[in-house]
Amino acid sequence: MAGMFEPVPGGGAAVLLDEVEVSILRSLAVQLLELIGPGPGGEQGADPLAELFAEGPSEPPSDPVLQRLFPDAYGDPEAVPDDQLKAYSAEFRRFTENDLRAGKRENALAVVKSLDALTLGGDEGAVLKLTPDESKQWLGALNDLRLAIASRLDVISEEDTELLYRLPDTDERKPMVMAYLWLGGLQETLVETLLP
Amino acid sequence: MGKVSVAPDVAPVETDPAQDVSAVVEPDVPWVTIVHNDPVNLMSYVTYVFQAYFGYSKDKAHKLMLDVHHKGRAVVSSGTREEMERDVQAMHGYGLWATLSQDRN
Repeated sequence: MAGMFEPVPGGGAAVLLDEVEVSILRSLAVQLLELIGPGPGGEQGADPLAELFAEGPSEPPSDPVLQRLFPDAYGDPEAVPDDQLKAYSAEFRRFTENDLRAGKRENALAVVKSLDALTLGGDEGAVLKLTPDESKQWLGALNDLRLAIASRLDVISEEDTELLYRLPDTDERKPMVMAYLWLGGLQETLVETLLP
Repeated sequence: MGKVSVAPDVAPVETDPAQDVSAVVEPDVPWVTIVHNDPVNLMSYVTYVFQAYFGYSKDKAHKLMLDVHHKGRAVVSSGTREEMERDVQAMHGYGLWATLSQDRN
């Protein structure tokens, strides 16, 4: 069935995608890759050893999506952190954010790679088959994409999600909301294939 | 009511070392990883993460997920500060909103 992953006997998952769906997914994954990027302090590239010892940033990202993907590790989210907590969060960020960015990039890249391996022909679309390992990478990427879109749509509370369902067709946010809900369906059905 | 000390002012300041340390770094107080609720992460996904990463049973993972959903947060693991930083990093990798703090309850 379109838009839903189904378990493959023996492990893995499969979903039928048409050309438009493949193109939307690929475009979203590429945008996520561009947004995450190597991050500040992570652009040594040419020298693997330098990259290994490169420190990440100590300040939270300014982009709201990146703030959600890489939140502070210390402090109550609803309270203003004191200087001590800020210092702890900064230190945590320096030593983890580059690795976290790399992991999220790998997941998004896995999505692009598996979509590029599909042979699309005719109007029937193609069946995308994922191994259990690929499924886990897709799961992470789908979740990051939903977090990113929700952040762009200002989804902060459960009520915001309810409002999205009732947007009129004329609302300019409608296409992004449709993509958000569709990704939710993909993620939900993909999780089910991985649950024991 | 405690006894009022009659020691002269010149007495050396000798505080109980154990008490002193606990007031500053509280070495014996464990740290905890807290997962916070958000309206984006799917309930099934949160349950999956608790099972996949922590190795919790389906029932325990489901109960923790419900705590996050209904109470706004749940303590999902406890241990040393280093261990909790690892868990928080892993949760951020999965896209869950997590923090660590020293459990003073």
